[in-house]
Amino acid sequence: MFQLIAPDGTVTGAGELPDPETRLRLYHQMRRARHFDERGWVLYRQGRLGVFPPFGGMEASQVGTAAALSADDWLFPTYRDTGAALTLGLPIARTLAYWRTSPHGWSMPENLKVLPFYIPIATQYPHAVGAALAEKRKGTKNVAMAYIGDGGSSEGDFHEALNFAGALDAPCVFILQNNGWAISVPTRTQTKATNLSRRAEGYGIPGVRVDGNDVLATYHVTREAVERARRGEGPTLIETVTYRVKPHTVADDPSRYRTDADNEGWDAKDPVLRLKAHLMNEGLMTEDSEAALLKEVADEFEAALQEADAYPDPQPAEILDHVFAEPTPQLRRQREQILSEENA
Amino acid sequence: MTATAARTETRTMTMVAAINDALDIALQQDDAVHIFGEDVGVMGGVFRATDGLQARYGAERVFDTPLAEAAIVGMGIGMGLAGLKPVAEIQFAGFLYPALDQVLSHLGRYRHRTRSRYHLPMVVRAPYGGGVHTPEQHADSPEAILAHTPGIKVVIPSTPADAKGLLLSAINDPDPVFFFEAIKLYRSVKEDVPVGDYRVPLGKARIVTVGDDVTVICYGGMVEVAQKAAAAAKTAGIGVEVIDLRTLVPLDTDTILASVQKTGRVVVVTEAPRTGGFHSEISATIAEEAIEFLRAPIIRVTGFDAPYPPFTAIEDVYRPNAVRVARAIKAAMGY
Ligand SMILES: Cc1ncc(C[n+]2csc(CCOP(=O)(O)OP(=O)(O)O)c2C)c(N)n1
Repeated sequence: MFQLIAPDGTVTGAGELPDPETRLRLYHQMRRARHFDERGWVLYRQGRLGVFPPFGGMEASQVGTAAALSADDWLFPTYRDTGAALTLGLPIARTLAYWRTSPHGWSMPENLKVLPFYIPIATQYPHAVGAALAEKRKGTKNVAMAYIGDGGSSEGDFHEALNFAGALDAPCVFILQNNGWAISVPTRTQTKATNLSRRAEGYGIPGVRVDGNDVLATYHVTREAVERARRGEGPTLIETVTYRVKPHTVADDPSRYRTDADNEGWDAKDPVLRLKAHLMNEGLMTEDSEAALLKEVADEFEAALQEADAYPDPQPAEILDHVFAEPTPQLRRQREQILSEENA
Repeated sequence: MTATAARTETRTMTMVAAINDALDIALQQDDAVHIFGEDVGVMGGVFRATDGLQARYGAERVFDTPLAEAAIVGMGIGMGLAGLKPVAEIQFAGFLYPALDQVLSHLGRYRHRTRSRYHLPMVVRAPYGGGVHTPEQHADSPEAILAHTPGIKVVIPSTPADAKGLLLSAINDPDPVFFFEAIKLYRSVKEDVPVGDYRVPLGKARIVTVGDDVTVICYGGMVEVAQKAAAAAKTAGIGVEVIDLRTLVPLDTDTILASVQKTGRVVVVTEAPRTGGFHSEISATIAEEAIEFLRAPIIRVTGFDAPYPPFTAIEDVYRPNAVRVARAIKAAMGY
């Protein structure tokens, strides 16, 4: 399994580390992601955020992979990939809006090719292949990246997409976040395979297994895969080995299906603290500079929260918007019905 | 066993407890019954419908599958061909779609394409419907797709006792049955449910309230909505006959037509999208078979031709409520 820094932050890998500026940028992104996750819980308990799937503990898996993309690339995130979407540039306020079940969280910013979080599992994998092929046809160097979980990699769509991408040389990067669980089902119940990156072999494409709690490692291997795809050499499957330390959603109770023994050791592998230790060891960060960064992150979040709070509530007739470019006669009548009943 | 015999002893249960009870009895009665799906084993299902069953019957008969709906249904088909009684769970009806190839291409056709040499005694359970503020795609009502597929029976209970009685009938039916469970009803109602092997036959509607003026036809999550509307109408002196279909396939047209002949006015209620919904099938059947009895146009109260909205603030606009049904009743009366 590819790794660059150990849980205590010491350099273990022979590969090259990204430059100091990049390492600090990755730390900043991981802190933004973690802050969202932590504040999200509080907001949920306060009734200010809806049910959302936490991703705390998986920041290196999401930030390191998404950070390898440029703004012109595509991102197909699952519901658990808030951290990846934030890293690519999805505004915090929009992200909050999505998890607040507000339509303001649905239309993605013009300058990004990121899709709303996918709720059905695996169904977006083939979309990434199509988007990648379209970029290739247009002669760009842009790539498409799609995320999936260990559970999701059991779905037919996952396998069909990998096969298509290989056969058609699509510039795709497939991220398989192996976080150990699909709700209550551990990976060992999900599949007999013990190394999911090797699934790539069956489709004739490279598979890489990486320490998903080491952001320098996930960033490194994803950059290589992205560069490969840009050079026209085809897709890569990357398995990030990590752990879902949190419940499946903020409303889930994992004590029904997993024990403390299952969780053991994962706190010590915390991806954020790992990079922090490394940056401290290397003299790239001090407690003071980190404190300033944390304040910046917190201030940014609170400002975004205010922005999200100011989004107006949706109007009843909005449930019929955006079904077609032009509403059908039926939709027009249904809109009239909603409006008249509102006033009745 | 008949309902009459079972009426001797009852226990108060929610719908989800009644479903659990039915599954328990089915596993106990017949070794061929196997329950499987995502999270049904160790966890006992995200709604706890299969709670405790793995502990009682072992992980060979109650087991977690990998996350793949097509394989869940497809594997069930093979099990059914080979003599087992598969009872699969699709975690939410909105996640049935990856399995539709297996459902549409195979599940409904096996008996027909083997001239009854093979048949599929399979049950697929799926929570469906809205009203509980779920995320995208968790609140879909795809029953019309299944009812439109030849060879598949479609059952949608609205009470705990019916859920138990219909599920036991479904598991003991020789043909494939889709069993949709309204999420909204899982824990919101409690009632006395007969203990032991209690069956409600498929294809027999239930008259919920008797009335002479308007017939309201509904099923699943819409029954309590219709009941509220009927109660409101009653205070206004309008007698509403609420019919809970219980099963869409087979459809109890006799009960529907008898009521329509009496009232001459019809309101059909579902929470599914409007165009092409099962409500349209009911309306067309009435128009064909009883048009001479109609004193007003048939009125459909339905969801809309848009994906079910996950926007908590306005979700309830989509799902029919008692006010909308009451308005339709009034319109039918005023025609
Ligand atoms: C097609 C489909 N089936 C079932 C579900 C219900 N469901 C939501 S999350 C989940 C488990 C997903 O596990 P995994 O793919 O490992 O991702 P993780 O949540 O662990 O990140 C299931 C079964 C769904 N959303 N979509």
